[in-house]
Amino acid sequence: MAVTVKRNPGDIIFSSITAVAACTVIVFIIGILFVLIRESSLAIENFGVIQFLTSTDWDPVKESFGALTSIYGTVVTTVLSLVMAIPVALGIAVFLTEVSPNFLKGPIGIAIELLAAIPSIIYGMWGLFTLSPIMGNTIEPFLKRATADIPLVSVLFQGTPMGIDILTASIILSIMIIPFTASIARDAFNLTPDVVKESAYALGATKWEVVKNIVIPYSKLGVFGGMLFSLGRALGETMAVAFVLGNNHRIFTSLFDSATTITVTLANEFTEADKDVYLSSLFYLALVLFVMSFVFLAIAKFFLLRAERRHAR
Amino acid sequence: MTREQTRKIEGVVALSLSTISAFLGLFWLVFILGDVLVHGIQALNLTLFINDPAPAGVDGGGLRHAFVGQLMITLCASLIGVPIGVLGGTFLAEYARGKKIARMISILSDIVVSVPSIVIGTFVYAILVKPVGHFSGWAGAVALAIIMIPVVLRTTEDMLSLVPWELREAAFALGAPYYKVIIQVVYRGAATGILTGILLSIARVAGETAPLLFTSFNNSFFSLDMNHPMSSLTATIFQYAMGPYKTWHAQAWAAAFVITVFILILTIIGRLIIKWRYR
Repeated sequence: MAVTVKRNPGDIIFSSITAVAACTVIVFIIGILFVLIRESSLAIENFGVIQFLTSTDWDPVKESFGALTSIYGTVVTTVLSLVMAIPVALGIAVFLTEVSPNFLKGPIGIAIELLAAIPSIIYGMWGLFTLSPIMGNTIEPFLKRATADIPLVSVLFQGTPMGIDILTASIILSIMIIPFTASIARDAFNLTPDVVKESAYALGATKWEVVKNIVIPYSKLGVFGGMLFSLGRALGETMAVAFVLGNNHRIFTSLFDSATTITVTLANEFTEADKDVYLSSLFYLALVLFVMSFVFLAIAKFFLLRAERRHAR
Repeated sequence: MTREQTRKIEGVVALSLSTISAFLGLFWLVFILGDVLVHGIQALNLTLFINDPAPAGVDGGGLRHAFVGQLMITLCASLIGVPIGVLGGTFLAEYARGKKIARMISILSDIVVSVPSIVIGTFVYAILVKPVGHFSGWAGAVALAIIMIPVVLRTTEDMLSLVPWELREAAFALGAPYYKVIIQVVYRGAATGILTGILLSIARVAGETAPLLFTSFNNSFFSLDMNHPMSSLTATIFQYAMGPYKTWHAQAWAAAFVITVFILILTIIGRLIIKWRYR
């Protein structure tokens, strides 16, 4: 289908302009990587790679920096939010594809998309002013009392419930990623051919058995890709968690502790970094975040493409 | 209980759970939007749009500086991002159609769309703020444009691919060169779709905060100079919500209300156009 005839000078000019515009995307990726490495070179020289990634130091006064507290916070909030979001998101996807009557599909689908369109700063602000008091006054004291007698679990709910902590941040994050996971899972579910589903119904399967044994196994690549995509997004979410995490550099054990993530550290400290090595360490953190999220997003995209290709065949 | 009954009950339980999760999603939407609505409308008044801020802690004052700053930054970001995005999408869907490079750029764009926006903020800080020595509205606009380009590029590519190939062949048969076919035939056929993509991409960047924190920064005074730090609604919300004053909190809610309504209206219009045009 492609046209190779390009005799007209207008075409040579126009195709070059469009080609340059398209290549900006590649330039951004390489540029971001290059610039972040250049800016963090001072910190890389001082702290190395392994030491930076495994040190829990974050001391602007002594100029000693390590990323572990930030990475730990990022990983914990991301994992917790995924654990809370994925079941709900899959439930929504099942509802939209199999359960919902047709007249509800449109409105509920749009509502879920609107949830995705709300800017993250609104989530953050709502979390600070509305969710965090509810968490601190009602839900967290309840969790603390309910788990007090259970060994091991009670460790997770120690300390004074303030509402500004890991748990609140993870809940906000999970509300944010539900719509992404749900819409990718819905699209993946929709790829299941009707013929296959109908054959299962013909054998006497109930609706749930069709979902469990036909739709989910058929679309597992796509659903898995969707989860990884949400993971990549959750890693880099800033404003939704910046309000309710407290920017506290330490390794925490309780969900009621204040903490920090890479993004929260950047948002709070970037414009205040007064020394070169401090700023350079922040760039180093940004580089770590960029590489982490890029890798996860790339793997996610790989799975989504595999799922699509399998369907096309 | 017979095996049939167990299977039926299992099905009812599982599907009820899925229905509940759908309503949980709706619950969060209503909860968050309702909260923004209630607090926002209480704090909303005309002085908010026409007055500049009062000194910290003093009652009164408005957010004119932030509204104007937000508009200017978003507008400039669109002026940079939209042409590059549309032209880039044209390359992928037309000149490079079916080639490996088109597929690669398309996949990379899908990834870049989700790269943490705060990383883009640090990148623009390093190339546009640090060398100059001060924050500027332009840096903010560039940061938002970088987020915008892959969004516009991908939708343009998709929309151009929907234009039937026969339409191009008809134009070729009349002797038109490819660039004229694209500009006069293909763009016209895909205009609604491209416009929708642009609307949605503006909705996407209008609520961005993280990339603005290190680029356009903030400014408590009214300013039209893109070469200097510029206030934006989102950065102001961050500053005011984290601040200690009740009046600040009220104004942050009002700003949150305005920006949420703006973005949701853009998103709904975009969705409706797609539904009306492509189904």
